[in-house]
Amino acid sequence: MSALAHLPPTESGGRTVPAAPVRPRSRWLPYLLLAPGLVWLALFFVLPALTLVSTSLQTGSLDTGYVQTFEFGNYTSAWGEYWPQFVRSLVYAGLATLAALAIAYPLAYTIAFKAGKYRNLLLVLVIAPFYTSFLLRTLAWKTILADNGIIVETMQRLGILDLLSVVGLTTDDRVLATPLAVVTGLTYNFLPFMTLPLYASLERLDPRLVEAAEDLYASPFTAFRRVTFPLSLPGVVAGTLLTFIPAAGDYINAQLLGSLPSTAMIGNVIEALFLRVLDYPRAAALSVTLMVVIVVLVAGYVRRAGTEELV
Amino acid sequence: MADDTSGDLGIVRLTKAFGDTVAVDDLSLTIPQGSFFALLGPSGCGKTTTLRMVAGLERPTAGAIYLGATDITSTKPYRRPVNTVFQSYALFPHLSVFENVAFGLRRRGVKDVDAQVGQMLDLVELSGYGGRRPNHLSGGQQQRVAVARALINHPSLLLLDEPLGALDLKLRRQMQLELKRIQTEVGITFVHVTHDQEEAMTMADTVAVMNEGRVEQLGSPVELYENPMTTFVANFLGRCNMVDGRVVDRAGDTAVVEVRGHRMAVPSARMHAERDEVHLGVRPEKVSIVLGADAEQVPTSHNRLLGVVEDVSFLGVSTDYTVRLPWGPSFGVFAQNLDRDPRLVPAAEVVLHWAAEHTFALDATEPLEAGIDPDVRLGQVLR
Repeated sequence: MSALAHLPPTESGGRTVPAAPVRPRSRWLPYLLLAPGLVWLALFFVLPALTLVSTSLQTGSLDTGYVQTFEFGNYTSAWGEYWPQFVRSLVYAGLATLAALAIAYPLAYTIAFKAGKYRNLLLVLVIAPFYTSFLLRTLAWKTILADNGIIVETMQRLGILDLLSVVGLTTDDRVLATPLAVVTGLTYNFLPFMTLPLYASLERLDPRLVEAAEDLYASPFTAFRRVTFPLSLPGVVAGTLLTFIPAAGDYINAQLLGSLPSTAMIGNVIEALFLRVLDYPRAAALSVTLMVVIVVLVAGYVRRAGTEELV
Repeated sequence: MADDTSGDLGIVRLTKAFGDTVAVDDLSLTIPQGSFFALLGPSGCGKTTTLRMVAGLERPTAGAIYLGATDITSTKPYRRPVNTVFQSYALFPHLSVFENVAFGLRRRGVKDVDAQVGQMLDLVELSGYGGRRPNHLSGGQQQRVAVARALINHPSLLLLDEPLGALDLKLRRQMQLELKRIQTEVGITFVHVTHDQEEAMTMADTVAVMNEGRVEQLGSPVELYENPMTTFVANFLGRCNMVDGRVVDRAGDTAVVEVRGHRMAVPSARMHAERDEVHLGVRPEKVSIVLGADAEQVPTSHNRLLGVVEDVSFLGVSTDYTVRLPWGPSFGVFAQNLDRDPRLVPAAEVVLHWAAEHTFALDATEPLEAGIDPDVRLGQVLR
């Protein structure tokens, strides 16, 4: 505001001109810039979230009408009945996140360091699936994983399916309608969300740092472990969050590629309670629980990864 | 130390091509153990590529690199007893200063890391900074961390790639002395790459001036400056006056070159031309300037030229005269301000003279402008 106050008054025509008062910048400008976002969030996030919490504490039925009774029993009964789907959601989302990380890291690394002039083309290809509808892409996997399809037959022949059925990922010598199909669908659908942040953090990594590590007696593998990977952690954290959070709440993959109820995720339960059973309070209670669980998991994860210490 | 060749760096007919561009062209050099060696040249002359090949970060297209008797041409960088101080340092941003310096020791599984890192931080005067992150340090401090991180491994060879380029002038001077002190203290061979001739001359025992992938001339800073063998070296290492002449006598210790009727003596050790057409050169600070009326003061043994003062710039410690010769070219004179002649003003007719031993002669087929910084050349044209 008074940044110019220390400057001596300017001379002009031999006469001292008093410094003109500097017009202060509007104090309201930051709030003005924030306003659209704040209004949007208030209307379409805070308000619905409050309604959701309020609904989760009501009793009654659609016929008799819902009454606000602060019925915390909704939470205990919903959790008691649906905790297996909850755990399953977290396990499926976790597996899909790990699989996506395993696929996306080498992919992002190659695009960032080895692709040369094909870099932009490859990036477009990563996003290309978004040009088709989410639903269609997921349905396409039904064909890919079909019982008499080439993939499943190859897996049968190589004995991979037997192996996977031992850990419970597949059943009945097939892939469709098993947990594996759901995890595969989740991995596929959220892969770009993993790849892009990884690429962004690898791309800005100075290749001279890797050279410096190798100059200082680190083998290429050690250089990766000590320099490249730690410096790509912000991308790993962002990518895993962008994959895990939506995957944990997803219900399309479980519905189209899995077999309900044996592969039902919490999203499927919430969908059923809201749209078919019309048990709004317990559906809302499950939604709130999912939100809280994810926030707690994410907070713990980000804290352990220590991303705030990274540049 | 000078007799021990077991740690000499030998570069033998080294070539590196990137596609059609030859960055380093059939380069051969021997760098004695314990010396402070500078590779000096303009950007794109191949000096950094040479350094990277010695470090193992670039594979030569042809040729070999020896460390003592060992051929290290295809040794992986992490197996070479060579460490590098990178341009803009390349410090690990996720590690503390301490861990940056300890990096090489840890990779080699060395014991007593704490003590060694402590000592090294003392050497570069950064004790107490071990816990900080590199990006919380100033440019000069980062530079010293980079030196410590390389030196702690006691390499046979320390490579410095424009290590002072990112620093401001004052800090650069200070770090030049600092690096020189460290080199004297540890006795490791330093190979320093720079485009700054002043930096190379201040720090190095031996300088190789590089141009277009080749070494133009190699020698001590004094040799290179006083007795350049090519127009590129003459111009790159400072300002230089050159006029065209013709050799009329090569017999004896002193050759005679005729420049527009003036006979100039040139010691034969400073004749660097096979042909008779030469550029006759002399550095501006070697030239004395007297008013035409005082011509009888000029020692008879001196080479002399007549001219007219065109411009006088007073620089405090010295005065910079630009003198126009009768047939066109201009001649620069730096005169110390001992007893400045106030009559030396533009349009004054003057005699320029200098001792024969400061004269050198270069092959006239070489371009006169080689090695002049384009910015400086533009400045001269504008003036």
